[in-house]
Amino acid sequence: MNPIAPTKAKIRKIATFVEETHQEMDRVISPPARRAAAVAVIENPCARKYVEDLSELIAIGEELGELLTQRAVAALGIPGASCESYGKAAAVGEDGEIEHAAAILHPKLGTPVRRVLGKGAALIPSSKKRGGMGVVLDIPLGHKDAAYVRSHFDGMEVRLNDAPCANEIMVAIAVTDSGRPLARVGGLTKDQIKGEDGLR
Amino acid sequence: MPEVVVRKMVTCVEEIFHEGGPIAAPPLRRAAAIAVIRNPYAGFYVENIAGFMDDLKPLGLEMARRLVAALGGDAKVVEGYGKGAIVGAAGELEHGALWHAPGGYAMREVLGGAKAIVASTKKVGGPGTRLDVPITHINASYVRSHFDAMELGVNDAPRASEILLALVMTTGPRVHARVGGLKASEIKGEDGLR
Repeated sequence: MNPIAPTKAKIRKIATFVEETHQEMDRVISPPARRAAAVAVIENPCARKYVEDLSELIAIGEELGELLTQRAVAALGIPGASCESYGKAAAVGEDGEIEHAAAILHPKLGTPVRRVLGKGAALIPSSKKRGGMGVVLDIPLGHKDAAYVRSHFDGMEVRLNDAPCANEIMVAIAVTDSGRPLARVGGLTKDQIKGEDGLR
Repeated sequence: MPEVVVRKMVTCVEEIFHEGGPIAAPPLRRAAAIAVIRNPYAGFYVENIAGFMDDLKPLGLEMARRLVAALGGDAKVVEGYGKGAIVGAAGELEHGALWHAPGGYAMREVLGGAKAIVASTKKVGGPGTRLDVPITHINASYVRSHFDAMELGVNDAPRASEILLALVMTTGPRVHARVGGLKASEIKGEDGLR
């Protein structure tokens, strides 16, 4: 499996992370709370110079939306429709600008994410930053069908020691099969979702 | 014997297509399986700890099986391995040494008789500590193309009374290996070294 040739993005590396929480404060979480992130390290075609038109990055975002969501869902080993929350993030190497992360994340990445997951009326929470190798990405997480589901407000940290290089961008998508392990601060619960507006 | 209590399991897979040179097909893959467990000896000095090594064997097997699954399910693709441990602040380095026997046993069992010693490292540290796990060829420690390492860690582990245990497997040489030395094709396979 080599996604280099057919992709618009020049991919140096893809990493996947799966976390299972079996216990929290000595309480058993059964089944364990599981979440996965897929991260691509790509060349930034707009590095080192000001580029007015970021459509190349926007197209890359669309492509990575599908690729990374498929990878993350496969890593969880469940159907896309069974995923409960999601999030996205990007880190731009030092020769790029924060707007490059915005071009990848915001215009076109979401549609293929929702296609892979079957649903996803809620905004996909996101974060972005510029940084050097080993920078930490905290991917925000929210319920995919109703942004106000409080039990699913969460975050997942990912990092790669050798990325991003100055002329690279790290793009990450995270999905989960559940909310926080011992959620108990009230608010909207997932069984109360109306599913009309992506909020409640 | 103390119970093995797992708080968290983490699997990481890296696929490396290139590092500025020719694109590798198939890409090099490295995978790590991590378990965060309660340290039954945290907080005080315990003389007799060696029995815990046997208790860790089933967990080691589970982690080794997860690694093979993460690399596609066929143990034959595995060419390199390594292991490591991070002991939380209320434990001692020696608790990390408990992982040597069960970690190595588990990977050999799952890989079907790998000959080389399993490269390893360990330290004491707080949550988010990173560990550079050394990697060598599974059948001959001196294969230069397979000397590698994988950095790993978990942002919320190990807590003071925990141990983070790690196993790592890779599917091949460094992506642009070209500094000579013993090649995988030259392995005699008698002593685990060459």
